[in-house]
Amino acid sequence: MVETIVLEPRSWVSAHADYLYNYAFARLDHEEQARDLVQETFLAALERLDQFKGRSSERTWLTAILKFKIIDVYRKRNSGLQTERVDREPEQEFFEADNGHWKEEYSPRPLGAGREDALGVEDSDPLADKELTSILQRCLQKLPALWYSVFTMKHMEEEATDKILQELKLTSSNFWVIIHRAKLNLRACIQKAWL
Amino acid sequence: MGVIKKIQYNCRHATYLIEKRQHVRLTLRERIELAIHLSGCSVCRLFQKQSRMINKMIKGVFRAKEEEGRRLDEDFKRTMQRQIDERLNK
Repeated sequence: MVETIVLEPRSWVSAHADYLYNYAFARLDHEEQARDLVQETFLAALERLDQFKGRSSERTWLTAILKFKIIDVYRKRNSGLQTERVDREPEQEFFEADNGHWKEEYSPRPLGAGREDALGVEDSDPLADKELTSILQRCLQKLPALWYSVFTMKHMEEEATDKILQELKLTSSNFWVIIHRAKLNLRACIQKAWL
Repeated sequence: MGVIKKIQYNCRHATYLIEKRQHVRLTLRERIELAIHLSGCSVCRLFQKQSRMINKMIKGVFRAKEEEGRRLDEDFKRTMQRQIDERLNK
C-alpha cells in the first residue's frame, strides 16, 4: 500500500515556518517581505487544502506555493523597470563603440595582486575567501531589480530558461542581454573593489 | 574590416557568447566565432575564467544564505498559529 501524506496545518508553524522564512529571505534579501510571504503562504495553503494530492511532502508543497509568491514580488519589483529599453546598450560603457574591443579601464585583470589568486586560478576555492564573498554580495545588491531577479532565478533554482522568460515576461534575446550586462557589471564591480 | 578581423576585435560579442554558453548550447557559427576570438584574445580568456568562478560563487552565496538558520520572531509565529487555528475551527 502506498502511504499518502496527510496535511497537518496545526503543526505548520512549528514544523516549517523557519525553513520557509530562510528560503524566502535568501531570495528576497528583505526580512519583512520574507516574513509576510510565509504568512501569506500558510493562509493560501489553507484555502486549497483539497488540492493537495499527497504525492509530495508537506514542505515541498508549501515551498511551491511560496515560490509563486516570491516570483510575484520579483514581478512587482520589476514593474517599474519594464519601460527600461533594452536597446540602450549600457554595456557600451565597457567596450569601444567602433570595434567592440575592451576599453582599457574596464579590461579584466587577474585578481591575484599579491594575495592568493582567488579569481585567477582554477583550482583555488574562491568561496573560502570571506572578503571576496562579501564584495560579491555588495556588488549583487547594486544590480537593478530585473537583473537581480533573473540572476537569482537562474542560479538558485536552476530554473529552465524558458520558464524564467515566461514568469518575468521577457523575450529570449532580452534574457541573454540581461545576463551579459549583469555579469559585466558584477565582474567590473568586483574588480574595482578588489584591486 | 574583414570578417575574421571583426571577430578578433569584438570582445563585446565574445563576452556575450561566453555568458550564453554557460547556459545553452551555442550554434555552430557562434562556436566557431568564439573559438577564433578566444584563440587570439587573452583578456576574454581571463574574462571567461572569472565569469565561471563568479557563477560558482553566486551559487555558494545563496546556499549559505539559505542555511543561515534565521528564526522568525516568536510573536509573529504565535499570530500565524492563531490565524491557522481560527480558520480551521470555523
